Amino acid sequence: MLDEDQAQRPRGTVAFPISLAWCVIVVVEADTAWTGGRDRGPGVPGALRALERAFDLVFRAVANPWRHLGALGFFFFWVATASGIYLYLFFDTSVTGAYESVERLTHGQWYAGGVVRSLHRYASGAMVATVALHFVKELVGRRFAGFRWFSWVSGVPLVWLLLASGITGYWLVWDRLAQFVAMATAEWFDALPLFGEPIARNFAFPAAVSDRFFTLIMFLHVALPLALLAGMFVHIQRVNYADVLPARALGWGAFLALLALALAKPALSQGAADLATEPQTLALDWLVLGFYPLIYRFSPEALWIVAAAATLGLLILPFAARGERVPVARVDLANCNGCARCFADCPYAAIVMQPRAGGKAGQKHAAVVAGLCAGCGICTGACPSSTPFRSSERLVTGVDMPQQPIDAVRAELERKLARLHGEGRVVVFGCEQAAALHGCAGRGAATLSLTCVGQLPPAFVEYALRHGADGVLVASCLEGECVYRIGDTWTAQRLAGEREPHLRVTVPRERLRVVRAGAGEEKTLAQALTRFREALARMPRNEPRGSSRSKAPRALAAAQTGARG
Amino acid sequence: MSTLARYLIQGMLYAAFAATVGYFSNAPTYRHLGADDALVRLSFSHAAQRVAPCRERTPEELAKLAPNMRAPLDCPRERSPVTVELELDGRLVFRNVVAPAGLRRDLASTVYWRQAVAAGEHRFTARMKDRPEGGFNFVKDVVVELAPGRVLVIDFDGTRGGFLFRM
Repeated sequence: MLDEDQAQRPRGTVAFPISLAWCVIVVVEADTAWTGGRDRGPGVPGALRALERAFDLVFRAVANPWRHLGALGFFFFWVATASGIYLYLFFDTSVTGAYESVERLTHGQWYAGGVVRSLHRYASGAMVATVALHFVKELVGRRFAGFRWFSWVSGVPLVWLLLASGITGYWLVWDRLAQFVAMATAEWFDALPLFGEPIARNFAFPAAVSDRFFTLIMFLHVALPLALLAGMFVHIQRVNYADVLPARALGWGAFLALLALALAKPALSQGAADLATEPQTLALDWLVLGFYPLIYRFSPEALWIVAAAATLGLLILPFAARGERVPVARVDLANCNGCARCFADCPYAAIVMQPRAGGKAGQKHAAVVAGLCAGCGICTGACPSSTPFRSSERLVTGVDMPQQPIDAVRAELERKLARLHGEGRVVVFGCEQAAALHGCAGRGAATLSLTCVGQLPPAFVEYALRHGADGVLVASCLEGECVYRIGDTWTAQRLAGEREPHLRVTVPRERLRVVRAGAGEEKTLAQALTRFREALARMPRNEPRGSSRSKAPRALAAAQTGARG
Repeated sequence: MSTLARYLIQGMLYAAFAATVGYFSNAPTYRHLGADDALVRLSFSHAAQRVAPCRERTPEELAKLAPNMRAPLDCPRERSPVTVELELDGRLVFRNVVAPAGLRRDLASTVYWRQAVAAGEHRFTARMKDRPEGGFNFVKDVVVELAPGRVLVIDFDGTRGGFLFRM
C-alpha cells in the first residue's frame, strides 16, 4: 500500500522553508571562495569557462550556445508560440473532442500537424532545458547581486510561468498523461488551504469533467505564455542591447535539431483519458513535469514547502549575498555636452539623459542611476571629453569612474611612457577581467589595466603613439566573455572607426593591434606581444610628434628627451 | 580546426542536444501505480447537521423582528463536524474528523483521500457521523472486485442514501 498516512501528515512548519532558503544562500556564499568574493568579477568557474571556450572553437563565440542561453530561451519560446498557433486552429475544446482532434492532427496530417505538434512539445522542453542552464550559469557565476538584482528577481517567477505554461499544454491533449497531470495538479493544489471543495473531485469520475473545463485550460494555456512573455520583457528591462535573438547559425542549428527530433521521434498521445482507471506507467516529460512524482514520493505539502523555500531563497539571494559595493560613475556637468554616447553605450541602462538646468531648450546632460551602475567605465570610454590631448593640467571628463579617473589613467600612461626605452616600445592597455598584464610588464612594455577594456577612450591609443610608443596593444577579453557584456565589442568598433568616439583615421593602424586574451590566457597575451614587437621591429622607428599637451607635464617632456637620447 | 570538422562536431553536438531533449521528454518511464495495484479515492463534500436543532420563534419574538425578517424558525448557523471512517478488509485505514468550512463553520465538510490497494476482492466499510451527538448514522459495507489500475471512488450523497461506491 502506498502513502497510507497521507491524510494525517502535518502541513509542515514555517521553520523548514526558512532553513532551506538559508541553505541556498549559504551554499552560494560558500561559493564566494573561488570568485574572490568580488561582486563584479567574472565569477565563471574554471570548468564552465573551459567548456565555453571549447565550444567557441566549434561554434565561434557568436553562435556558441553556452554564451547565448537566454537568447536560445527566447528562440524556443517563439518556436513553441508559432507551432502552438497552428495547433490551436485544429484543436477542439471539449471533453470528447480534445483527444480526438489531437489524434487527427497527429496521424491525419503527420507531415504538418504531427510535425508541428512535435516541434511544439520539443521546443517547450528545449526552452525549459536552456532556461535551467541559463539559471545555473548565472547562479554559479554569482551574477545575481548588486546591479543585477532586478534581472535575477524578475527571472525567478518566470520559472513558474514557464512550467505552468507547459503543464497546461499537457493537460489539453486529454490522454492518460493529461489525466495524470490533471489529477496530480489538483491533488497538489488541494494541499493548500485555499479551496473549499477539493479540486481533485473534478476528476474523480468521468462525468465530473465538462467542456467548459477545457475552455478554461485553453485560456490558461494562452494566458500563461503571454504572462511569461511579459515577464521576459520585464526581465531584460535593465539590460541594454539584450541578447534575445540568437545568431542565424545558432538559430538554424537549434531549429533543425528540433525538426530532426520531431521527425525521428514524433510526439504521441498515450491513449485517451479514462477517469475510471488510474495510469500505472507513463512516458513522463521529465523536463516539464519532472517534479510531479515528488508529490507521491513524498507528499503534496512537502513539495509546496520545498518549492516555496526554493523560490523564497532565490528571491532574497541578491539581498542576502554579501559583496563589495561597486563604484558608481560620476557626471561632471561642466564637461558633459549631452552627446548621449554614454547613454547609448551603457550595457545596463544606468545612464539617462536629463534636461540641462538653465540650458537651451532641448539641451540635455547625462545622469547616472546609481543602483544600475556596474562601475565598468564603458561610459568614460564613450565620452568625447575623455581625450588625453586636452591641455588642462587635470583631465576632467564628462562621466568618470571614481576608482580609476581618466586623469589618473593619463598620468599613469605618461609616467610609464617616460620609462619606456630602447626598441619596440609598446603600450599595452588591458582589462582587469581578462588576461593579467603582469607577464607583459617585464618585457619592455608599459601596461595599463582598466576596469573594462571598454573604458579605453580611443584617443589614448593615438596619444601613446604620439608621445613615445612604437605600438599600442589593446588586450581584450575573449568574444562573448566580457563581464560587462559589451565592453569588448564597443572597443573593437571604436578602434575600427565604426562607433563614436572612433580612432582617428590618421593613426597608423599597423602600429595598433587588438588581441583577445581571456582570464588565464596570459601566455597568449605574451605571445601576441612578442609577435607585435617583431612586426614593429620591421617598421621605421616611431618618432614622437608630441601635442599641445607636450608642453605641460614634466614627465612627458622627460620621456621625449629620454626617447631621443 | 577545419571548417568541415567544425560543422561535423556542431552537427554531433546539436544531435546530442536534440537526443537529450527527446529522451527526457519521454523517458525514463514513470511508474505511478504498482502493476497489481488499484486505487481507492474517498472523496465527498457534505454539509453536516446543525450543532443545535432549529427552534420555533414565539409570536412575540416574531413581532419584534422587521416584517421581512420574520422567519418562523431560528436556526444556528454552525454545523457539526463530520466524522468519517473507512475500513478495508476489517482494518481501519482512514479516520478523520472534518470541521465545516467557513468562518462561521456553516459550510460543507470536505474529505479527499487516496490510497493504493492491491487488486482483488476487498470488503470496504464506510461510516459517517454528521450530527453532534450519537454514533455513526451512515454506514455502508460492500465487497468489490478491483482490477489492476481500477479506481474506486467512494462518494457521499445524503439525498441518495449515503455512501456511493463508484467504479
